[in-house]
Amino acid sequence: MGRITLEKVQKKFGEVEVIPPLDLTIEDGEFVVFVGPSGCGKSTLLRLIAGLEDVTGGEIRIDGQPATNLPPAKRGLAMVFQSYALYPHMSVRKNIAFPLKMANMPVEEQNRRIETAAKALNLTDYLDRRPGQLSGGQRQRVAIGRAIVREPSAFLFDEPLSNLDAALRVGMRLEISELHKKLETTMIYVTHDQVEAMTMADKIVVLRAGHIEQVGTPLELYHTPRNLFVAGFIGSPKMNIIGGETAARHDAMHIGIRPEHMEIVESGGTFVGKVGVAEHLGSDTFFHVHLAEMDEPMTVRATGEVGLRYGDTIHLTPQADKIHRFDKKGLRIA
Amino acid sequence: MARAISPRKKLMWTALAWGFGLLIFFPILWTFLTSFKAESTAISDPPVWFFFDWTVQNYHDVLERSNYPLALMNSIIIAVGSTLLGIVIAVPAAWAMAFVPGDRTKDVLLWMLSTKMLPAVGVLYPLVLIAKYFGVMDSRLLLVVVLMLINLPIIVWMLYTYFREIPGEILEASRMDGASLKNEILYVLTPMALPGIASTILLNVILAWNEAFWTILLTTVDAAPLTKFIASFSAPEGLFYAKLSAASIMAIAPILIMGWFSQKQLVRGLTFGAVK
Repeated sequence: MGRITLEKVQKKFGEVEVIPPLDLTIEDGEFVVFVGPSGCGKSTLLRLIAGLEDVTGGEIRIDGQPATNLPPAKRGLAMVFQSYALYPHMSVRKNIAFPLKMANMPVEEQNRRIETAAKALNLTDYLDRRPGQLSGGQRQRVAIGRAIVREPSAFLFDEPLSNLDAALRVGMRLEISELHKKLETTMIYVTHDQVEAMTMADKIVVLRAGHIEQVGTPLELYHTPRNLFVAGFIGSPKMNIIGGETAARHDAMHIGIRPEHMEIVESGGTFVGKVGVAEHLGSDTFFHVHLAEMDEPMTVRATGEVGLRYGDTIHLTPQADKIHRFDKKGLRIA
Repeated sequence: MARAISPRKKLMWTALAWGFGLLIFFPILWTFLTSFKAESTAISDPPVWFFFDWTVQNYHDVLERSNYPLALMNSIIIAVGSTLLGIVIAVPAAWAMAFVPGDRTKDVLLWMLSTKMLPAVGVLYPLVLIAKYFGVMDSRLLLVVVLMLINLPIIVWMLYTYFREIPGEILEASRMDGASLKNEILYVLTPMALPGIASTILLNVILAWNEAFWTILLTTVDAAPLTKFIASFSAPEGLFYAKLSAASIMAIAPILIMGWFSQKQLVRGLTFGAVK
């Protein structure tokens, strides 16, 4: 079991309030991602749940039990750190065994669990090595191994993939998702990378300056962002935000159109602009189009190859039902 | 890339380095040579360098006239005892300052260091009175405690700088893994800081071994370490350079040998963790 509830949880460092009172419920077995720009308080929130930081106010419950004042060791949670935080003086086997040893588990049971975890994580051949002799991906797997052998009620991941190179990151992302499907244990995952959030999460919590901007499934956030911040943060490339008269025609302060919801037409489009830089990915092409009504170039996705060159005139029409409207507070207009 | 140095420059620097090295080593060399001379040769003018009748008579006399084994034992107990006691007290202090610093941690560290700037003689009188009151004058216990207190600031500072190099996330990981504070320090912090702790122990054993103010003033016979042993050859019966030299060589030999074998650790210790 791993249902975690936060009630009015608040954190101040001295006079600075990094997390204003905040409520959140994480259901048992859910994969929840905390996402937001750096300094938004997502890591602090995770550390509050872990017990590595003390809350300034509010209540944390794990499976209904008050955990606010429990030390980290007593919360039954396991954590994977950005730096892996392996014990450099211990072999891989001892690293994985450490939480079991601390729990005074019988040695046979320890060994059984270590073997199982090592097999699942492809670490069997490396059990006698030191962390210093392993590659980044292997170290990450050891850190995960150390977390899973305890069979915790929830896993906490603090930007676990940001020290890996891009190719490895995609692989580990899949492995962690796979692990979640297999274990069905609650996972809380902190990242600044919205792609990780979109691909892995059951539920995304978007944070800014300690505030929860929106909670929802990846597709909810994609289709119905609650405000301009979420609209701009979720989705890649970023949503195009247009203000002024164009927005006023839609009875909004701003409108947002995702690059993939913009269609290139022969003539008579809603927008007319000049083609700027084009990024060719083979499957897709992203055009940066300079428009009179926007300061920043508008990003447009076209499928496959399109025969447009730098400086060409381009006509664009957004898909009418895919236009997001926002009022002057930046909130979504339904 | 290594910097290019002309052979002439290299020769010059080598000669200079050797010159300084010999200059610093000369007193020890001279003491060593004198310890094998007869008393009359030892004070001869001009001095005799290598060509004299080598004799071990001085060593015989020194061993006969005083209790070298007792002094050696006292030195070992006082130096090692005060250092280990200091480590036991300093590890928790350094842990707290390195990993959970408060607003005043820097001030506390500086204040501790500032006690090293106090002239030792300033607290001689009160310390002697306290020792007399408790009836512990001329005891190993007194020396262990006093030298531990004298060196504690250095031990705390050294451990603090070593602990600071250890990433806090690893200690947090151990807390998440269910380690109590005791286990965190025992199984994670201490093994990781072991090179630093070893350097600290080595340096402080040497400092305590060489400490000659308190050890001479607070002991008479029973707890007298090697410093007192050397001093006893310089005083009342007049100067016996050869015997004094023999006593000195016997006193410094153990620590010199230990230092030789642990050079690497010592250099690390002396740089106070600045070089990884």
